Amino acid sequence: MISFTQVHKRYPGGYEALKGISFDIAEGEMVFLTGHSGAGKSTLLKLIAAIERPNSGSVLVNSQNVGALSGGALPYLRRNLGIIFQDHKLLFDRSVFDNVLLPLQICGFDHRESGKRVRAALDKVGLLKREKTNPIALSGGERQRLCIARAIVNRPAILLADEPTGNLDAAYAQEIMAIFKSFHQVGVTLLISTHDVSVLQDSGVRRLTLKEGVLQ
Amino acid sequence: MTRALALHLGVLRAALRRMFASKLGGLLNILVIGIALSLPAGMYALLQNAQGLVAQLSGTPQISLFLATDAQADDIDALRKQLAAHPAVHGAEFVARERALEQLKQSTGLADVIVGLEKNPLPDAFVVSPKQGNAQALDILRGELAQLPGVELAQLDSAWAYKLEALLEFGHLAVLILAVLLSLALVAVTFNTIRLQILTQRDEIEVSRLIGATDGFIRRPFLYFGAMQGLLGGIMAWAIVTASLLLLNRPLGELSQLYASQFVLHPLSFGDSLSLLLFSLYLGWLGAWLSVARHLSQIEPR
Ligand SMILES: Nc1ncnc2c1ncn2[C@@H]1O[C@H](COP(=O)(O)OP(=O)(O)OP(=O)(O)O)[C@@H](O)[C@H]1O
Ligand SMILES: [Mg+2]
Repeated sequence: MISFTQVHKRYPGGYEALKGISFDIAEGEMVFLTGHSGAGKSTLLKLIAAIERPNSGSVLVNSQNVGALSGGALPYLRRNLGIIFQDHKLLFDRSVFDNVLLPLQICGFDHRESGKRVRAALDKVGLLKREKTNPIALSGGERQRLCIARAIVNRPAILLADEPTGNLDAAYAQEIMAIFKSFHQVGVTLLISTHDVSVLQDSGVRRLTLKEGVLQ
Repeated sequence: MTRALALHLGVLRAALRRMFASKLGGLLNILVIGIALSLPAGMYALLQNAQGLVAQLSGTPQISLFLATDAQADDIDALRKQLAAHPAVHGAEFVARERALEQLKQSTGLADVIVGLEKNPLPDAFVVSPKQGNAQALDILRGELAQLPGVELAQLDSAWAYKLEALLEFGHLAVLILAVLLSLALVAVTFNTIRLQILTQRDEIEVSRLIGATDGFIRRPFLYFGAMQGLLGGIMAWAIVTASLLLLNRPLGELSQLYASQFVLHPLSFGDSLSLLLFSLYLGWLGAWLSVARHLSQIEPR
């Protein structure tokens, strides 16, 4: 499903964030990406969504070389991905409901169908009662869950989560991990980055560890 | 098809909602565009009316030949024959001085004054209808007729109309220049409005891109907004022009009665109105398009 081969990423300014990364993630697999702050976790996830492009090597998603994707094809790649951004990227000029609605509007869903889907997604993360709230009034954990709802509302085959439990207490983090496990059970491919190793101790799932841009 | 239509209507509704989210700002923009467009449109309407008047008055050009007040019947007969033989003259009607006085009494409100006159001040006259109607031929003919024996004065009745027509042509050019300049202003106003909108919606644009919005999807609400703003400005301009013409009609009616004529200002024709609306819609769309092309590429998701 996702395949990296000898991927190098150098940022403008010369900093090498990723050095010779190679790995494969099969369909339906759930994988954690760990590493210290600045190890290159976010960079790796951005390469998958073609938010950044590799300087060399290839990034394949669904056997499509996303590093070479044209600007016109990009939107259709991203519609197949659910992305939870490290900095949330929520919109504070609209309600919780409308934040989750945005991906469906972009894909051109009709009105009634999208209303149902938004409520189903909000229900899944336990925010159904807050649909009219502005996200500015949500707690950190609730915002995190709102991000999840927006990422899954489109029912993507691949879910990329960048530090979904960052800054949350252990109880909240466990709750969110439980949500991810339920997606894993219905066959979604997941790649979750975290520097918080404590949440995975008992999980027994596959782990990719980055250190200074190199896969361990 | 209906689904695509519903989507477009949804975008249009969102654009309108956004326009009136800041009620005052939206209205002010529409007002500015409306006033800017109403200037050339109003001048154009006045010119159209003046042109109608000219056509009405100069429809059948005539040359009046006034004879000396002491002209005898022999002189008149000789002149009549010469006129009938002239190749450029279509026909000539003799107006005896008594009849001219009678007409003057009836057509103007001067009956009292005329009754008080000791003797008829008017000369005998011929009203000549020429074969050709263009201004130059008429002028040459007038010169020739003035030379005929017994003719004291040859006057082209519609000379002023031709001068006015030349003036109107000049006016049309002025309207055109004004229209071009104010159209540019409209495009600039829309360009700037959309630029500000793009800036305030930077986050939305960035997030939309990140979750798979096409450029078309991002561009569409701005284009619709520009087109809508242009159209509403056009409607405003139309309303200003129409209301002004109607307002002018009352004093004009009183004025034209003094000159014993009937003259009303006609509003913009259906075709001209439609052109105005479509043109303003197009200009708004163009301003938005230019702004979007210029500013959207500067927002790259991180
Ligand atoms: N746009 C950029 N331009 C230049 N350098 C960048 C850019 N983005 C990231 N970097 C650098 O690349 C390195 C890896 O960054 P990245 O965000 O991938 O780390 P991370 O593992 O996600 O860290 P954290 O856990 O703090 O989020 C960092 O040293 C960072 O300074
Ligand atoms: Mg990061």
